[in-house]
Amino acid sequence: MKLIYEESIPKRRGVIPPKSGIECETLVPSSCRRAEKAPLPEVSELDVVRHYTNLSRLNYSVDTNFYPLGSCTMKYNPKVNEQVARLEGFTTLHPYLSLVPGGPEKVQGALETIYETEKKLCEITGMKAVTLQPFAGANGEFTGVMLIAAYHKDRGDSKRRRMLIPDSAHGTNPASAMMAGFEITSIPSDGKGWVDLEALKAALSDDVAGLMLTAPNTVGLFDSNVGEISRLVHEAGGLMYYDGANLNAIMGHARPGDLGFDVVHLNMHKTFSTPHGGGGPGAGAVGVKEQLVPFLPTPRVTKKADGTFEVGVADSTKSMGHIAPFFGNFCVMLKAYAYMLQLGAEGIREAAGLAVLNANYLKAKLQDTYKFPFADQICMHECVCTSEWQLEKSHVNTLDIAKMLLDRGYHAPTVYFPLIVHEAIMIEPTETESKETLDAFVDAMKEIASITETDPEACHRAPERTPIGRMDEVAAAKNMILKA
Amino acid sequence: MSNYGFVPHGSEDLSEMLKTVGVGSVDDLYAAIPEKLRISKLDLPEGISEYEVLKRLSALSKRNDSGLVCFMGGGFYDHFIPAAADAIASRGEFTTCYTPYQPEVAQGTLQTMFEFQSGMCRLTGLEVSNASVYDGGSAVFEAAAMSYRVTGRKRFLVDSAINPIYRNMLESYAANMNFEFCEVPAKDGKADKEAIKAQLDNTVAAVILQNPSFFGCVDDYTDTAKAAHEAGALTVMICYPLSLAYLKTPGEMGIDIAVGDAQSLGLPLGFGGPYLGFMVTTTKLARKMPGRICGETHDKNGNRGFVLTLQAREQHIRREKATSNICSNQNLCAITATIYLALMGKEGLYEAAESSAKNAAYALQKLTSIPGVERTFQSPCFNEFAVTLPVCAGKVCEKLLAKGYAGGIPLGKSFEGMGNVLLVACTEKRTKEEIDGLAAALKEAIEEVRK
Repeated sequence: MKLIYEESIPKRRGVIPPKSGIECETLVPSSCRRAEKAPLPEVSELDVVRHYTNLSRLNYSVDTNFYPLGSCTMKYNPKVNEQVARLEGFTTLHPYLSLVPGGPEKVQGALETIYETEKKLCEITGMKAVTLQPFAGANGEFTGVMLIAAYHKDRGDSKRRRMLIPDSAHGTNPASAMMAGFEITSIPSDGKGWVDLEALKAALSDDVAGLMLTAPNTVGLFDSNVGEISRLVHEAGGLMYYDGANLNAIMGHARPGDLGFDVVHLNMHKTFSTPHGGGGPGAGAVGVKEQLVPFLPTPRVTKKADGTFEVGVADSTKSMGHIAPFFGNFCVMLKAYAYMLQLGAEGIREAAGLAVLNANYLKAKLQDTYKFPFADQICMHECVCTSEWQLEKSHVNTLDIAKMLLDRGYHAPTVYFPLIVHEAIMIEPTETESKETLDAFVDAMKEIASITETDPEACHRAPERTPIGRMDEVAAAKNMILKA
Repeated sequence: MSNYGFVPHGSEDLSEMLKTVGVGSVDDLYAAIPEKLRISKLDLPEGISEYEVLKRLSALSKRNDSGLVCFMGGGFYDHFIPAAADAIASRGEFTTCYTPYQPEVAQGTLQTMFEFQSGMCRLTGLEVSNASVYDGGSAVFEAAAMSYRVTGRKRFLVDSAINPIYRNMLESYAANMNFEFCEVPAKDGKADKEAIKAQLDNTVAAVILQNPSFFGCVDDYTDTAKAAHEAGALTVMICYPLSLAYLKTPGEMGIDIAVGDAQSLGLPLGFGGPYLGFMVTTTKLARKMPGRICGETHDKNGNRGFVLTLQAREQHIRREKATSNICSNQNLCAITATIYLALMGKEGLYEAAESSAKNAAYALQKLTSIPGVERTFQSPCFNEFAVTLPVCAGKVCEKLLAKGYAGGIPLGKSFEGMGNVLLVACTEKRTKEEIDGLAAALKEAIEEVRK
């Protein structure tokens, strides 16, 4: 398709902005004005609507296709969430109202929503307090490890410079810990995909600040040693960090707080059904146990004795300060709140159970066709297989299989992650998919496996039925054409 | 069928699937979690219907006052948003997809990202934009961290007239990075160019300033950028994208990194978010930039297409050596902004910016005609200005709210000695009647506080 800039016709107008009729001169001297008007598109409103509507149709999305992208929890995003987030009583609120005298009285409904969302997340995670400020999962990780750093510092324990991170972790874990000033020690996984306990013991010492653990982990397995891991880390004086990327597997069945974790981040855009938006905005609530509460970011919403809500601004000398200017991605949180209200205690538990069932069903159906490195264990909400059998036999790799799926109307699973599985294919169906959809996907995966044997060349050519063919990514990095 | 919604499993499906898996019940799937660590039920209310959810949230939304006439700014503005922006951006094909890691089925997202980057470059006059970071404040931190990567230096000259919350975020985010932030006191409401020049030396990584300043004042910082370069330092400018349709651009001034929040490009105020952090820089520095970047390329048949590029900077490849930990960004907000820019177009955005500034000029004239109300700074301003009141601005703000006006931001809490100062913003949405109304209400409010 053409770029919107290529559709531009000089003098063509789109939307006409409102005019006040005030004809005062502006106060900007000419030395502070731009030399020429910004060369933005000159197109009609219909040009714009048609251009972006047609562009949108080039995407696969949960609304149009099965999207079993591992680690991303591509569940259905209920439409009522969108309606709630667009209520005028929320969208028109200026955030500074929360901070000025007399302002909080004007935004009581918004403050109550924040307070209630935090309370629900406390119960789901087994934590003492939750902040909604972090903008996304990685930002939540950063907030969480900064809280751990602040906690040790406050105790005068300045030696704790190291953060332990299993080698199966998402790349954001080491990157976040690094930004928080930690040195990273990678802990290997054992043959079962769990944390290698002996390696953990060897790494623990009085300079360890904590351990960042994803549970279930990124190979979709629940590490039954979690209680022992938590005991060992605590015994060494460290804190336990829960990466909530995979909370969808266990919500309502187990709580990070009960498992021994001290701080947790959640991805509202995964577990709590807020849409991913092609990469964001997400929202990354962070929950903490009692000992970390004083360090939470400012501002905090509190409930007064008379039942009204107020906003507390950084008076605590211990608060880590602002992670977001106000309350993070507030309108995203509204969607998560609506979801939790609608599902309730039973619905949340049921969603997790069916997500796990769907993943195990796919694994059971596919394990004769693809190699599952941890076939003997019940998986959680996702299962990881590899293309090793296909690669060995006919030189068709994971990327080829991913592209073959695109041709069959499926978004590809996550590929080449986790790094500890060679040629990984990570499949997360989520609870909102039906047995018929899973069966059809299984058929497609089996058909692809058979084509890898009969016509491996076709696999390298794929995709051929998508809006565009396999892309030259090397040329993109080399030519660096990054704007029109 | 479940009572709880969104799961399609009937009882027959369920038993067949359990049989296939080889377990007796869903709970059996949780055997890996030690029994004593499991729970049987959350202490939360039972679920409610979609209709009840909407009713409850509607009731909560009505406990907010959405009828206030908005003269609040501080970096977040009540601009006009054309209906088509959200109508198109909210299509399921845009909202319910993931990061475009499979470009063949994500050209919609990718091309829009490319057009976003193009629009931000055209607005700022710079060369390379990323596809968004979280918000303006985190963008300022990312720009500081990027300046450190470029220069190897850890000292920053920070103008005191930047948004005080961004200043706080900068320090919160960088708390464990051993950065040194040296505040340079502002002069007449904006960065003190002479003082900055005097403090620049070969230990400075970057000068961080804001234009228009937090107080709404504008200037030309060409000389500052030049002086910074002579000292081997970068200049980071916090910008207000809509104003760039009118104001001298960071590119024209020789600024190295433009950052800020693009809420003004079609996003509702929404009590703080989601907004849209942006970063735009020069080609020379592109590889040091954090965040996703979309690049043009072609498929194997030679058709033009778009992919995520320069990914070797990012956490999923580089882990602890990445330029940032950022993964999810604010992509959908960037899509909205792209559609907004196309709808407003070259003339429309200019008109919105110019009207905002004209309305502010009129408002300044009206408000300072009230006895005892004075312009706080003499520097030229764009669409926002500070006025010094004869009484406490916080108290006046409260009175104005009671009269239906979000009349501005009182500055006493954030700036010492500015207890009587109110920061007032106008957009193209404000009418003459509303501005006259604010002036009348302000006059009354001052009298009420005096009593």
